[in-house]
Amino acid sequence: MGETKVLELDSITKIYPGVVALDNVSLTLKKGEILGLIGENGAGKSTLMKTVSGAIYPTSGKIIVNGEEFDEMNPRLSVEKGIAIIYQEFNNVQELSVAENMFLGRPIRKGVVIDRAAMNKRASEIFEELGVDIDPNTIMKHLTVGYQQMVEIGKALLLEANILIMDEPSAPLTINEIENMFRVVRLLQERGVSIIYISHRLEEIFLLTDRIQVLRDGQYIDTLITKESNVDELIRLMVGREMIREYPERDIEIVEDDVILELKDVTGNGVENINLKLCKGEILGLGGLVGAGRTELAELLFGVKKLESGSIIYKGKEVDYKTPREAIDAGIALITEDRKRYGLFLHLSIRENIGMPIYERISRSSVIDSKKENKIANEYFGSLRVKANTTEEIARNLSGGNQQKIVISKWLAADAELIIFDEPTRGIDVGAKQEIYLLINELVESGKSIILISSEMEELMGMSDRIVVLAEGIKAGELNRDEFDADQILTYASNVRKGVKA
Amino acid sequence: MNTIKKKRNTSQYAIWFILLGMIIIFTIGNRVFVAPNNIVAILRQVAVYGVASVGMTFVILLGGIDLSIGSIITFVNIVCAKMMVDMGMNMWLATLISLILASVIGFLNGFMIADIGIPPIIATFSTQTIFQGVAYLISDGMPIAGIPAGYSLFGKDSVGIIPVSAIIMTICFAVGSFILNKSYFGRYFYAVGGNEEAAELSGIRVRRTKYLVYILSGLFAGLAGIIMLSRTGSAQNTAGLGYEFEVITCVVLGGISVNGGIGKLSGVVAGVLFIGSLTNGMILLDVSSYAQQVIKGIILAVAVGIDLMSKKRKVHN
Repeated sequence: MGETKVLELDSITKIYPGVVALDNVSLTLKKGEILGLIGENGAGKSTLMKTVSGAIYPTSGKIIVNGEEFDEMNPRLSVEKGIAIIYQEFNNVQELSVAENMFLGRPIRKGVVIDRAAMNKRASEIFEELGVDIDPNTIMKHLTVGYQQMVEIGKALLLEANILIMDEPSAPLTINEIENMFRVVRLLQERGVSIIYISHRLEEIFLLTDRIQVLRDGQYIDTLITKESNVDELIRLMVGREMIREYPERDIEIVEDDVILELKDVTGNGVENINLKLCKGEILGLGGLVGAGRTELAELLFGVKKLESGSIIYKGKEVDYKTPREAIDAGIALITEDRKRYGLFLHLSIRENIGMPIYERISRSSVIDSKKENKIANEYFGSLRVKANTTEEIARNLSGGNQQKIVISKWLAADAELIIFDEPTRGIDVGAKQEIYLLINELVESGKSIILISSEMEELMGMSDRIVVLAEGIKAGELNRDEFDADQILTYASNVRKGVKA
Repeated sequence: MNTIKKKRNTSQYAIWFILLGMIIIFTIGNRVFVAPNNIVAILRQVAVYGVASVGMTFVILLGGIDLSIGSIITFVNIVCAKMMVDMGMNMWLATLISLILASVIGFLNGFMIADIGIPPIIATFSTQTIFQGVAYLISDGMPIAGIPAGYSLFGKDSVGIIPVSAIIMTICFAVGSFILNKSYFGRYFYAVGGNEEAAELSGIRVRRTKYLVYILSGLFAGLAGIIMLSRTGSAQNTAGLGYEFEVITCVVLGGISVNGGIGKLSGVVAGVLFIGSLTNGMILLDVSSYAQQVIKGIILAVAVGIDLMSKKRKVHN
């Protein structure tokens, strides 16, 4: 690893009206290294990177790219200087082909016409270099998320970027896709590309990076040599306090006979013949790869999608909910994975978000009892320790962890007894995660039953009483707490019957 | 975070300041503008689109649009006049039936949008064309005169100095405000307009909510049609022509976001008064009706532009 500095950020400060988002943050990226950038949500990672890409201008400080000094960047300049950013949400046109996306805005021309053959050829060369098998003619939307990401990386390569910034690249990927992404990232490193890698997943940071820089509350905290550090140290630096990283204990005894939910040969929405039982006060983990049918099963239970055959027995009665409303009124809640899209009303206040499922219940001849509304909102706002000034704050302004608390609040307010959590801690920082776990424990201790869908093995094993693993829409295995074993779960999860979709 | 909240409020009141500024300018231009008689005239003029704007506010909050209201106004004019003049129907019964028919048109919009999935702009554009045509068929293309004298109540008569139509408009705004702020339906409009998927998953029956909103829009437009018929005393085949434009402008000027989910009815009141004063003031200042159109068109574009730009800024921060 050379000692040439390809990128230096010198005392970057970014002030928004009333908020200091970045306070004198410096950063050094050396040639050919992978630098992990970590910090809790709101620590300023993305803001810092946006000053590099030119999406925002720093209030003060200098950006030095390959020895050239700038007060601020702009998107065009950063591309010219060899900087590429891969965001969580990709910047691609879903209806165009892979090659067209890669050459978007800079097509290869033959006279006035676009030279498709040349573009396809160049794209193929790049994919060959990366060792990924993508046909440049494929329409973007037909690719899986993992491959779409590869196209983004290919685009960076095409632009001859020597600085690559990756913002939470593994978040949407499956386990296999992550491995492939790692391989490509290392390949780029060997070719001399310098990489800044932002991730919440500390295991990845340790697997991949050479050095790690920690931010907290918009401030530079420390930079560590990865080999000389450990998870506990990182968490301490990120959170700023000692944290117990273990999964909290629960104080509850599950009565085997007290079955609240039973599925018999449940089929529909892409899942087949699912049989399972959930006892009162139990946390049933649903494991499996992305696309294994876990979310799809949850949608069946919640009345979003139609049951084709089989039966759902809830509280001793066979049910078949046609709408979420019916499921909600029966005491079922679904906490969706993508909370911004499906769980929250970002434009409404905390109070309105919490009240939404119960407005009809707390209304008399369609007039909302506003006393009750405020009382309920304040009650959960307080008991779930939501960090905001008042219940009138708009949901958009809250951090991921606090948004998740609002989603949970709304279902508690709706008296849910069976709560389905779909990836409850995705995109939530370490400190807030712990709080969500404690909250989930409190829920089962107070008699609620929970189905926990999680792709994080550690979380799944740490929180569940029992785990059912799905693979390609069928139940591949079931483990009791004393049988929990990561390898076994993975084996079940990759239990493939049909050919895998590319 | 407090700053964001404050910003929201100031943009809500901005329209009131603009309204005030405009009133001052017109008053300087022509003293008559603030004469009691003129103010009453303005109120009378705004009543028609003021009433219709209540329904349109619901529609735009829901993230939709209703282009059919101009035709509903025409349709109600013709149908109600036909029933009273040619069929000799009691005026109250005719009014009631007309309002029901207006709601049925709204229901039709709801059906196309919520059940078939036709984009609101196309669905309501088709009903606009259909019911303009139906009005022509019923009237044979001729205006219908000879409305009973008692029918002047809704549009022409006054209680003291205050026009009955202005009172009806005020009641409509009060009812609209009650629906939006006090009933759970109002919360649903905001919820569905902001995030339809989350609304469904929160137990809101999105389909039903859409029906309700388009039916209400039809109903309010129908009432606007009644006021107009009463004011003019005869039914014209072009009575409501272009009214959807005026009404949408009022609503957007009032701060209802064209993307749905955001805005308050109080702003729309200001938007209505703004457009009413502007039209009146321009007439007093002898601005030609052609130039008036240009100015109103520009105002609509600017209002939408400001709304979208303020949103963009928010995203960037």
